[in-house]
Amino acid sequence: MSRLDARFHIDYPGFRFDVDCTVPLDGTVAVFGSSGSGKTTLLRCIAGLTRASSGWLRFNDTVWQDDARGIFLPVERRHVGFVFQEARLFPHLTVTQNLKYGMKRSHPSRRRIAFDHVVDLLELEVLFQRRVSHLSGGEQQRVAIGRALLTSPRLLLMDEPLASLDQQRKQEIVPFLQRLNRELSIPVLYVSHALHEILQLADHMVLLKEGRVMATGPIQDVFSRLDLPGLVESNVIGSILETRIAEHEPQFGLTRVEFLGRSLFLPQQALPPGAPLRVQVLSRDVSLVVGAPSATSSVLNVLEATVLEVSESPGDQYAVEVKLDVGCPLLAMITRKSFQQLRLRPGQKVHAHFKAVALT
Amino acid sequence: MNVMDWGPLWLTLQLAGVTVVVLLLVGTPLAWWLAFTRSRFRTLAEAVVALPLVLPPTVLGFYLLVALGPHGLIGGPWKDLTGSALSFTFTGLVVASTLYSLPFVVQPLHGAFEAVGKKPLEAAWSLGASKLDAFFTVASPMAVRGYLSAVVLGFAHTLGEFGVVLMVGGNIPGVTKVLSIAIYDHVEVLDYTQAHVLSAVLLLFSFLILAIVYTVNRRLPVHVS
Repeated sequence: MSRLDARFHIDYPGFRFDVDCTVPLDGTVAVFGSSGSGKTTLLRCIAGLTRASSGWLRFNDTVWQDDARGIFLPVERRHVGFVFQEARLFPHLTVTQNLKYGMKRSHPSRRRIAFDHVVDLLELEVLFQRRVSHLSGGEQQRVAIGRALLTSPRLLLMDEPLASLDQQRKQEIVPFLQRLNRELSIPVLYVSHALHEILQLADHMVLLKEGRVMATGPIQDVFSRLDLPGLVESNVIGSILETRIAEHEPQFGLTRVEFLGRSLFLPQQALPPGAPLRVQVLSRDVSLVVGAPSATSSVLNVLEATVLEVSESPGDQYAVEVKLDVGCPLLAMITRKSFQQLRLRPGQKVHAHFKAVALT
Repeated sequence: MNVMDWGPLWLTLQLAGVTVVVLLLVGTPLAWWLAFTRSRFRTLAEAVVALPLVLPPTVLGFYLLVALGPHGLIGGPWKDLTGSALSFTFTGLVVASTLYSLPFVVQPLHGAFEAVGKKPLEAAWSLGASKLDAFFTVASPMAVRGYLSAVVLGFAHTLGEFGVVLMVGGNIPGVTKVLSIAIYDHVEVLDYTQAHVLSAVLLLFSFLILAIVYTVNRRLPVHVS
């Protein structure tokens, strides 16, 4: 697995960018934060498009920037792919020429990604005859992603690639990004301020606020941390479970998924059995039962859980957030009254009843 | 009536052609720098480049005459190097024309490079193109309209110059006697026929290239990023 160690410092008027982080480059890593938190700056510093006034950057064992020793590898020699917010296709070239621009400039011994593979993956063949200026925003962005992939980058940097698209086009691109994730072993750093995109795409995340790194780690862990009040509204996000489709029950309109050897039920999904599915559980959709689960409950999803941590809910003074362990973290938001009646304490065994929603 | 003398026309075309080539070589990096630098000297440089637009040609010509002469700032070292001064030579005319027509080449290129902007270049670099590669394969093709304007304006402006040439080049047939000066000479000796023919040729020629250029320019794709 690749990793990135980065330290950057830039003083802008009214904004200090001061980042120090180690990022494991495994699958898709989200760089998340509100507007103006320094996400794009971080990505541009990693690419070498912005030069921090003082910086140190290492990709695996290669130092890309070390201002103490005067080292700065220019962007064209870092072999990173960059997908910008706007597609930035070259208007004087055809779609095919755009796609091959970077490929032709990569050394043949470095090429690991075949042209036809990328064309299939992003369904680009239908666009070959079209002029760049006549492509829709989503089509342009597909070409831009393909163009970056064809350089066989060591690392793909994506700066809010969906931000300039409308909701419908966004949902057209997301499946392509998920396929890219599954089929190519290129680590991706994905900048976004859209929670939904990150929940759909990312495995790890770097959380930024006001130019500083607040947290890094697997997204389940970061989103279930109770000590980041206000940054991540856990009652909005809830918890994320990695499941696999087991079977469909069309007579009930349900799909059974497997989660750590147990069954959960969701509204029916379109994916085939065996496919991985990320499931979201909102913390307000979780209820807790102390003692044996009722055999006659109408709730289909019940998991044994251990209470890990209890804290005040940042948004609601009459609510309490409970962090549970069900094999991975699960957050529940319950009323203060229930909390007192159940007398919850860390280490206690409970049953969590909940409704789950697929993230597709 | 004298036999028609086409020498000045030929010389003028030569001068304009050579000047445009020199202007592109000098003007492109200058325009690039103006478009992308954040140096505080940028505005000063812009003002210097624009000077020939407002200065009377005789003023520019006078300073050039002094500078290019055998004891001048440029002419002196040049004489040491080559054995002859720059004033009253074809090379001297090229130097003078280059300075005189500089804004007509730098300004369209500057505007075109600014319109292209950093964004497509960053995309090209991230795709593995070196700075020079990105300039030739992305910035230049996207700035093609700017180049066309620069070439035409530079060429046409050099064709029509009079004052600077008279000051720096004098009036040596076959060396520095360009069209505009030949026409002046013919009028001075009341040879209106020759003046008419040469003037008409210059008028027609200038009109033709401008017409062609504007037509071509309309058909070129506009690249706005």
